[in-house]
Amino acid sequence: MKLPLLYDVALALLRARGRQTLVAAIGVTFSITMFIALLSFMSGLNQLLDGLVLNRTPHVRLYNEVKPDPQQPVDRFTGPGPHNFIRSIKPADELPRIHNVAAILAALRRDPRVRGVAPKTQAQVFYNVGTIDLTGTVSGIDPEPETRLFAFGDYVVAGNPASLQTVPNSIILGKAAADLMLVGVGDVVQLTTVKGNRVQLKVVGLFQSGLLEVDKVQSYTSLATAQKLLGEANNYITDLQVKLHDFTLAPRLAKEYAQLYDVQAIDIQTANADFDTGSSIRTLISYVVGVTLLTVAGFGIYNILNMMIYEKMDTIAILKAVGFAGADVRRLFVAVALAIGLSGGGVGLLCGLGLSALIAQVPFHPASLPTVHYYPVNSDPIFYGIGAVFSVVTTYLAGFFPARKASQIDPVVIIRGK
Amino acid sequence: MDTPALEARRLTKYFDDPVRVQVLHDITFALGRGEFAAVVGKSGCGKSTLLYLLSTMDTVYEGELLIDGVPMRGKKEAELAHVRNAQIGFVFQFHYLLNEFTVLRNVMLPGEKLGKLSRAEIEHRAYEKLQLLGIESEAFKKPNQLSGGQKQRVAIARALINDPLIVMGDEPTGNLDKKNGEVVFDTFKELAETYHQALLIVTHDPEFAARTHRIIEMEDGRIINGASNQK
Repeated sequence: MKLPLLYDVALALLRARGRQTLVAAIGVTFSITMFIALLSFMSGLNQLLDGLVLNRTPHVRLYNEVKPDPQQPVDRFTGPGPHNFIRSIKPADELPRIHNVAAILAALRRDPRVRGVAPKTQAQVFYNVGTIDLTGTVSGIDPEPETRLFAFGDYVVAGNPASLQTVPNSIILGKAAADLMLVGVGDVVQLTTVKGNRVQLKVVGLFQSGLLEVDKVQSYTSLATAQKLLGEANNYITDLQVKLHDFTLAPRLAKEYAQLYDVQAIDIQTANADFDTGSSIRTLISYVVGVTLLTVAGFGIYNILNMMIYEKMDTIAILKAVGFAGADVRRLFVAVALAIGLSGGGVGLLCGLGLSALIAQVPFHPASLPTVHYYPVNSDPIFYGIGAVFSVVTTYLAGFFPARKASQIDPVVIIRGK
Repeated sequence: MDTPALEARRLTKYFDDPVRVQVLHDITFALGRGEFAAVVGKSGCGKSTLLYLLSTMDTVYEGELLIDGVPMRGKKEAELAHVRNAQIGFVFQFHYLLNEFTVLRNVMLPGEKLGKLSRAEIEHRAYEKLQLLGIESEAFKKPNQLSGGQKQRVAIARALINDPLIVMGDEPTGNLDKKNGEVVFDTFKELAETYHQALLIVTHDPEFAARTHRIIEMEDGRIINGASNQK
């Protein structure tokens, strides 16, 4: 019975100062709208830019570097005691393959921390354009996990990545390389392998990473085709690209795998040391701006409440005289503040949703991101949650101090003053 | 006789700003149920100050104040607010109605605050009080559409909504013309005689005072006449 009465009085006070109430509420609406739009947009951009790194980079990459054996034959002969000085050590005559790859692959796929593994075979080639040879790199991949784990399909701008598997002797060429060779999907290109074999491959797709230097040299085939180019058996795999459920585990797992499988392992954090510095700073800036906007709106509410209290001194005095306690008066004005905050904030959340939807419709064609056509927007519900909580907290604080002042008004002073 | 509605024992009050001035000296008196008393005296003699002390709104004083035999000293702010709400009806020189609400709602407010009755019952009672004061036809108007006399009667109706033990007035007829003042006086008299409510009215109007049951005369912060019941 008591609370609805207070709300009734609060509502009446709000109606009495309708225009100022509206202005204060619009202040909150504006700040929440901008807060939501800003964070959604910033976070969308961050995701996009992080995605450039995170989507394409394996969380842990297992490989075998070409390097001299740390234990030379003479060491085995003399044992660990004496020092042996050997000059001109060369690596063993062996390509950088991962040993026992089938077993490692099976073990990784059973690991619960691993989301997926994509095997890869790297080969150096020459693209033959008439009498000219262009250097290139062919990666033999399994298109299905590659697309699923590393968004490979997003970067294939013509053709279908699955054709690598269905069309024998097929290749997806880098867009820049294809432009140089004047070929398109359906044409046949000739490659020379490092061992001197000539191979003809059918172009089933074009690939564009956005980095010109990469697109000039990089192309993709199926694992089997790459192994054929190298003249190796079908267990010849040079890289295992591991994607984890939680990429923060990468450094630990990289160490673990390196030891367990006797391979080199590099984690994403080491490979891209600075990749998240930029995004965390951008996020920080957007939060600071958002909070500033809300604080300003809070001052607006503070102002209108102060004014309302000065204007409504008589009302406060009489409410107290007829038996409203100080706490009731405080609750009354906090309710007024919260009403402004909640209505303004609620509309602000909707406007924020609208504005971010609008931003998502603005055309955006970055050269390095062929798959992006509009400004990226990440409408994470968390932003809406933060916006709602913030609008309530700031308006509560903005209302609390004037309300406390109102609750301390001495009715005798007001009534006697008349 | 039963406990007096209002009892003051040696009430003393100082104003500290800008210098310490004693405005009330050892005020002691009691007001019984159904008693209609007028407090008279010159301007600045402490009438209003006394009234605000008795109304529990002013809590800085020495001495004892008992309402219905219950001491007010040491009660918390919220408890005093409840006492004002339930046991005291207050009518000011200025009406202090809330222009945002209808006349009826203004009268209902203290009743809703008390929360003892349902809203429908309070509404019914408020209407009855307005009828008692002869302004039921204005019930759904806003206070700023009413004349001064009507507003004052609404304020009285509001003071009566919770059937308080004591009705206090600070020159309730001060701003009224003769005819309206008459209506208010008759209402007060009826309250005391028919409903046995205690009335304590500060007034400047000697005619008004002369027709009450009892005159409490003040001078320089002291009661010089009428401290005890003469009748």
